[in-house]
Amino acid sequence: MVTSLIRRTFQALIVLFAMTAIVFVGVNVIGNPVDILINPDANAAEKARVIAHFGLDKPLWEQYLRFLGGIVQGDFGTSFVYNKPALGLILERMPATLELAFTALFIALAVGLPLGLYAGLYPNRVSSKVIMSGSILGFSLPTFWVGLMLVLVFSVELGWLPSNGRGDTVELFGVRWSFLTGDGLRHLLLPAFNLALFKTSLVLRLTRAGVQEVLPQEYVKFARAKGLTERRVIFVHVLKNLMIPVITIVGLEFGSLIAFSVVTESIFAWPGMGKLIIDSINLLDRPVIVAYLMMMVVLFVVLNFVIEICYTLLDPRVRLNARD
Amino acid sequence: MTDLPVPSEDLPVHAEAPPARFRKRLRQFAESPGAVVGLIALAVIVLVAVLAPLISPQNPYDLMQLDIMDSRLPPGSQSFDGLPYLLGTDSQGRDILSGIFYGLRTSLMVGVVSAIAAAIIGTAAGLLAAYLGGRTETLLMRLVDLQLSFPTILMALMMLAVLGKGVINVVIALIIAEWATYARTVRATALVEREKEYIEAARCLRLPGWRILFRHLLPNCLASVIVIGTMQVARAIGLEATLSFLGLGASVTEPSLGMLISNGYQYLLSGLYWISFFPGIALLITIVAINLVGDRLRDILNPRNS
Amino acid sequence: MSSLLEVRNLVTEFAAKPDRPGLRAVNDVSFSLERGKVLGLVGESGSGKSVTGFSIMGLVDRPGKVTGGQILFDGVDLVGLDPDAMRRLRGRRIAMVFQDPMMTLNPVLSIRTQMVEAIHAHEDVSERTAHERARDALGQVGIPSPEERLASYPHEFSGGMRQRVAIAIALLHKPDLIIADEPTTALDVTIQSQIIAEFQTLAEVSNTAVIWITHDLAIVSRLADELAVMYAGRLVETGGVSEVLNTPRHPYTRGLIASVPSQNRRGERLRQIPGVSPNMADLPQGCSFRPRCDRALPGCLSVPPQVPEAGRSYRCINPVMEAQA
Ligand SMILES: Nc1ncnc2c1ncn2[C@@H]1O[C@H](COP(=O)(O)OP(=O)(O)O)[C@@H](O)[C@H]1O
Ligand SMILES: [Mg+2]
Repeated sequence: MVTSLIRRTFQALIVLFAMTAIVFVGVNVIGNPVDILINPDANAAEKARVIAHFGLDKPLWEQYLRFLGGIVQGDFGTSFVYNKPALGLILERMPATLELAFTALFIALAVGLPLGLYAGLYPNRVSSKVIMSGSILGFSLPTFWVGLMLVLVFSVELGWLPSNGRGDTVELFGVRWSFLTGDGLRHLLLPAFNLALFKTSLVLRLTRAGVQEVLPQEYVKFARAKGLTERRVIFVHVLKNLMIPVITIVGLEFGSLIAFSVVTESIFAWPGMGKLIIDSINLLDRPVIVAYLMMMVVLFVVLNFVIEICYTLLDPRVRLNARD
Repeated sequence: MTDLPVPSEDLPVHAEAPPARFRKRLRQFAESPGAVVGLIALAVIVLVAVLAPLISPQNPYDLMQLDIMDSRLPPGSQSFDGLPYLLGTDSQGRDILSGIFYGLRTSLMVGVVSAIAAAIIGTAAGLLAAYLGGRTETLLMRLVDLQLSFPTILMALMMLAVLGKGVINVVIALIIAEWATYARTVRATALVEREKEYIEAARCLRLPGWRILFRHLLPNCLASVIVIGTMQVARAIGLEATLSFLGLGASVTEPSLGMLISNGYQYLLSGLYWISFFPGIALLITIVAINLVGDRLRDILNPRNS
Repeated sequence: MSSLLEVRNLVTEFAAKPDRPGLRAVNDVSFSLERGKVLGLVGESGSGKSVTGFSIMGLVDRPGKVTGGQILFDGVDLVGLDPDAMRRLRGRRIAMVFQDPMMTLNPVLSIRTQMVEAIHAHEDVSERTAHERARDALGQVGIPSPEERLASYPHEFSGGMRQRVAIAIALLHKPDLIIADEPTTALDVTIQSQIIAEFQTLAEVSNTAVIWITHDLAIVSRLADELAVMYAGRLVETGGVSEVLNTPRHPYTRGLIASVPSQNRRGERLRQIPGVSPNMADLPQGCSFRPRCDRALPGCLSVPPQVPEAGRSYRCINPVMEAQA
């Protein structure tokens, strides 16, 4: 277990390192930072000053080392737009995004798991077929358009739920949260549901496929032969086996949930990282872009790591293999 | 080379003659009503996109044809000079229906071009990896793994952050974000093929590498490439619409469906739903139609079923 | 005293599905079993032995269904019994051991969980008591250091050990009837005989009746009191073990015996039954064995009735009556 943990950590570090190189090459080599950094109207002297300030006249490898050094110290430069450290800006917005993403994940599981279980246990019922068709729609509908329609129906036409911002927030552990107030919760509902739609379909289909794979197994029959109630057979024997693939994929998809929150945050004016990155791309606020990309890379690497560990805890077979 | 008279055609690549097989596949395809509906819808969509300049009630991007008096009219209204606006108009008096027709052109173009380009790059990479093996394979596949572990939208955002906004850059971003999918599948298929006897035979006959690649490995990977490609067109269209909606994609002079939807967003809040709604429906129908066709293609082209 | 189990004219059918035709896996099967006795149910693979066992357990897979007959267990008909009453019988009064021990234990639950839940399914005892009983049951089937082994997961056991666990689970509630579906087929020969011996002792001690399903006549001859021979869903011959083995009446039974390698026929060529086992979805008309039978008569084109003879019965209109060579 310990050796495999070390190996995984090492692999994760390599991926991180590779990504810093890719981001660096992308931003500093393919894109021309001089264009981005310098006002086109600036005179030659000013240009030279800026180039020297950012070290753009140095050889590439030196620039890269400087870039790496900055990253290690958490220094991604200062946002041109906000005139604040880029990393600080990102971290400030992160809780809002995480809150949205976790709520969406919760919805996806709370809706997808039971529906998938139902559709898997009773595949021939009309209701199951309706559920499955619905999930195809959930896959095909573009998230942003669904978001607009949610706004149209629930905010504009019915006037039930607000369509922008976080609403009232409460501070807990030094961070502001929406889900702790009634108003905040109302604000959270539409964006979270919007973000959850695609993943709900995914969880649903995974669960159904899992049920259909596990149900015919001999051990399920044996569990019934012991005289267990149908409840116990389904909720312990079937569900526990099913959770292994579901947790794995859902964990992997959590990252894409955060990536996709870019769209949802733009629609619902949710003040998270996603909205910030779109604004930054539009305003060419390079330090913020780089900080965001690096944060996402770190997030993904950490996520993969956590899933690996969850997987080990869930599946005793993996646990044993890792031990020796 | 010429002193080896054994033509590679003698090596079994296809068991059935292509025309017979094609007809059989066609029949299989027609067995699914959903797929047939999807195909018909898709044909109509493509036709509309191609013929947009001929069949649109107006050219929505010719400012001369727009009448500000006609702005924000609800569906079914009459224009100032008596023409009907079937799906209403936008804030500049542009006919929504015409906007959709023209928007489809951009959306389909972006989807098809990026899918084909990604298919070519990905297939080439996958084939090379499988054929060459060794370091090239390891390197390429590591890259593929790395890329596939990040969601497409993030890859696309990353690219746009580097390249800047614009429709061409969106296409490039889509290609870079999607090639890895093809590469992985093609390599897997080609690896299976590579172990088969006829490839051994071809190697023993010392047929040149390109010949083995193109005559034997490639045809066998084509089915999966077509299937992925179809689905990828739908994904690319959806992604392009998303990026355009975020203001990173198509320009105002050549708006895609996503751009149209984006334009209507601010009016949506005041209840003028049609400006965003109808382009969205068009986008939805396009994506669903392609997916229906792609699903069926996957079922019948799956080697296990034939 | 009436029998513990009496199966009368049991029919179990699998409805047709788009990708496969319907079939009658158990066809008009009747037999009975006394308390404490062992019935050997033999027949080649695919003849319907397992489905017979699952029919008794009420666990036939969809789209299969018991469509006719009765299964009288201690006087109660299990066919059409309400699901909860059936559940309360399962594992408590009728238990089952499956063929492949690698597949019967849930890979993600510990042995302890799987044993304790089996106890709690029928008895409201404390966690502690359940734990101790599970441990003792493991000890009884010959698993060393049962206390530690309880915490293990199935993949940490060998096939033979897993089958012992399954047997321990089956014996937890001292059932009246155990259906053992080829429990040793997947195991090494040495482990086979150990498990058979242990099983025999345990069943004797608790006076449990056993249906031992197998395709191996050698095992049956050691273990069973009664024998039922199944062919293509029908019981072609039933009776006491020694009678059936010494004087088989049905030509199929005779063929089956002749194809067993055994000491007294050393040096003699094994005689395989000619032909192949029939397709269950498309059985020959009349007696299903007719196409492979060297004693077939024109009358075999209609299904032969069950012919009773002192303590035994067979389905054949031209039975083997002459003395064996
Ligand atoms: N789940 C099922 N669906 C359809 N047919 C089945 C199913 N289970 C068993 N059968 C059919 O029932 C017949 C008897 O099977 P079985 O009782 O398992 O044979 P065996 O004597 O080897 O135990 C076989 O022809 C088999 O194909
Ligand atoms: Mg069997």
